[in-house]
Amino acid sequence: MQNVDATNIDRVGNEPELNYLNNGSSVKSWLLTKDHKRIAILYLLSVSVFFALGGIYASFIRLELLTPQSDLLESGTYNRVFTQHGVLMVFFFLIPAIPAILGNFLIPIMIGAKDLAFPRINLLSWYIYICGGAFTLWALLQGGVDTGWTFYTPYSTTFSNSYVMAVGLGIFINGFSSILTGLNFIVTIHTMRAPGMTWFRMPLFVWAHYATSLVMLLGTPVIAITVLLLALERVAKIGIFDPAIGGDPILFQHLFWFYSHPAVYIMILPGMGVVSELISNFSRKKIFGYEFIAFSSIAIAVFGFLVWGHHMFVSGQSIYASLVFSFLSMVVAIPSAIKVFNWTATLYKGQISYDTPMLYGLFFIGLFLIGGLTGLFLGAMGLDVHLTDTYFIVAHFHYVMVGGQVLAYLGGLHYWWSKITGKMYSEFWSKIAAMIIFVGFNLTFFPQFILGYMGMPRRYASYPAEFQVLNIFSTAGASVLAIGLLMPLVYFTYSIFFGAKAPANPWLLPGLEWRTSSPPPTENFEKTPIVTWEAYDFTEESGLDLENARNRLRAPLA
Amino acid sequence: MAEHISENHDEHSHHTEGEHHIVSIPLYLMVFAVLVVGTILTYFTAQWDLDWIFPGANTLLALLIAFTKMMFVILFFMHVKYSSKLIWLTAIAGFFWLAIMFAFTMQDYLTRSAGVFTR
Repeated sequence: MQNVDATNIDRVGNEPELNYLNNGSSVKSWLLTKDHKRIAILYLLSVSVFFALGGIYASFIRLELLTPQSDLLESGTYNRVFTQHGVLMVFFFLIPAIPAILGNFLIPIMIGAKDLAFPRINLLSWYIYICGGAFTLWALLQGGVDTGWTFYTPYSTTFSNSYVMAVGLGIFINGFSSILTGLNFIVTIHTMRAPGMTWFRMPLFVWAHYATSLVMLLGTPVIAITVLLLALERVAKIGIFDPAIGGDPILFQHLFWFYSHPAVYIMILPGMGVVSELISNFSRKKIFGYEFIAFSSIAIAVFGFLVWGHHMFVSGQSIYASLVFSFLSMVVAIPSAIKVFNWTATLYKGQISYDTPMLYGLFFIGLFLIGGLTGLFLGAMGLDVHLTDTYFIVAHFHYVMVGGQVLAYLGGLHYWWSKITGKMYSEFWSKIAAMIIFVGFNLTFFPQFILGYMGMPRRYASYPAEFQVLNIFSTAGASVLAIGLLMPLVYFTYSIFFGAKAPANPWLLPGLEWRTSSPPPTENFEKTPIVTWEAYDFTEESGLDLENARNRLRAPLA
Repeated sequence: MAEHISENHDEHSHHTEGEHHIVSIPLYLMVFAVLVVGTILTYFTAQWDLDWIFPGANTLLALLIAFTKMMFVILFFMHVKYSSKLIWLTAIAGFFWLAIMFAFTMQDYLTRSAGVFTR
């Protein structure tokens, strides 16, 4: 294949006049679109609304915890606020964010397809998401739910007087959106790869989404059934979870965590996929241990289903079952560690450039490492007795979910922003924002490790006075984090209207998504690409003269 | 009818993905009949006290009937019988995951009364 100058892809490929953004501008053309890229934009807008709402609830939590007394919110309201923060963030932001936005937009392009396998089902999954979200929001506006996002029985059955059923129904509906998205991805990856795009030439982002989709398909029905059983018990008084009528409350935890622990991997695996892209591409080096990273995603998806009991060490679960779950929890750390080691090995002797997406990628590695290692503390049965339901847990999962998934999401959004919108954002302001988010995040959540270790329980509006100093740090950090998270909203919006036009391949990378125009045409490629190169191939084998293009861009600076 | 099913299987066992098998209406009606009979059977067996065999025998019998009905739905209504090996693998994976859920949940229930380690 004759090598093409990577900077000239637009001109060589004759940039099309019509792209997916200007191919129809009516509201109908958006709301009835079957284009995976437009559906990704619909998801971007709606997921961002839920993220903002979840963030508002988070600010109330942090403001309340500024002082030891329960003064801003009374305890009952506080219960509802932290529950709603959790429900919105977990089910309506963390789970769909990367798969439904970045996955939807990029998977077909990355494998050289024109769209997902089932475009109508893709649109349907967005509508289901909106229905589930609207239902949940309605319930929250009616007064919300106070059980914690985990809906543990008997809070959600015998002792609950909040809108459990309505919120449960919202989550039940939303689950089908996940299932359909996962199904769509699996079928697309199996059947729609371009000629030459073998399984081991796929970007690791696609592998990560394949693993995520498996979890979505196999796990999500269980949470749907669990919510249904909860409804049956409440409405028809069938004894499932209530001991008074022959049920067992711990059974709820088994069923809930059978889905919800793997759901953690639904949240983090796509983030790992993004980070694999960032680390390899911004080190300008073929990723170290491609197959190991690909299969570790699958291993995490499979082993992730075998560890749920580590949430139940102090719930009354049999100590023998706890032993097995504890051991398996240690096992699942292995594939996660494989990824981290391979990323760091990729960095070694790479030509690292510290662009904004790479900053997020590097932050991810550090923060995920802390989040992952503290997970081992919690998987150890003895130590977990001390740490269960303390702020240590809160800090741990925020390091994984925010330090991991949210930062990966932001990294991915920056990385592919030029492809999605066709516009360049401010590199200066985006770097400042990334730094602020990193500092704000650590200031918010690191003190919570110490608070938890000292014994501060989670889910209380008041706390002993000796914990106040660290809580002030945490609340101050949350303010910094909030500023950092608002900044991308400003400069991304600015870039849409005033940003410079993005070239097809602004980062000078070999992936398929960088070989079509920015923004791509509706059918993604002018003609179906034929893939002859390996993933992350920076040599001339990729068919792009990346090194020459890079040298020419650098020349004026020298 | 059994022959008819067998013929269909032979005829379509090598189908590739994307092709659709058309199941005959008599076969659909037969599956429907199995489901109705299964439901009636569930009702009547629930009236018998089978605890003399072993405690919980009623539940086991009801589950067996339900499992049989489910198999008919999956194989014929959902066309898995006529589908590619990949679809079989997908269906089996669903059962395997259900088995994981049951097995790992039961390891709690079956050992909960065993207490803790003693010297």
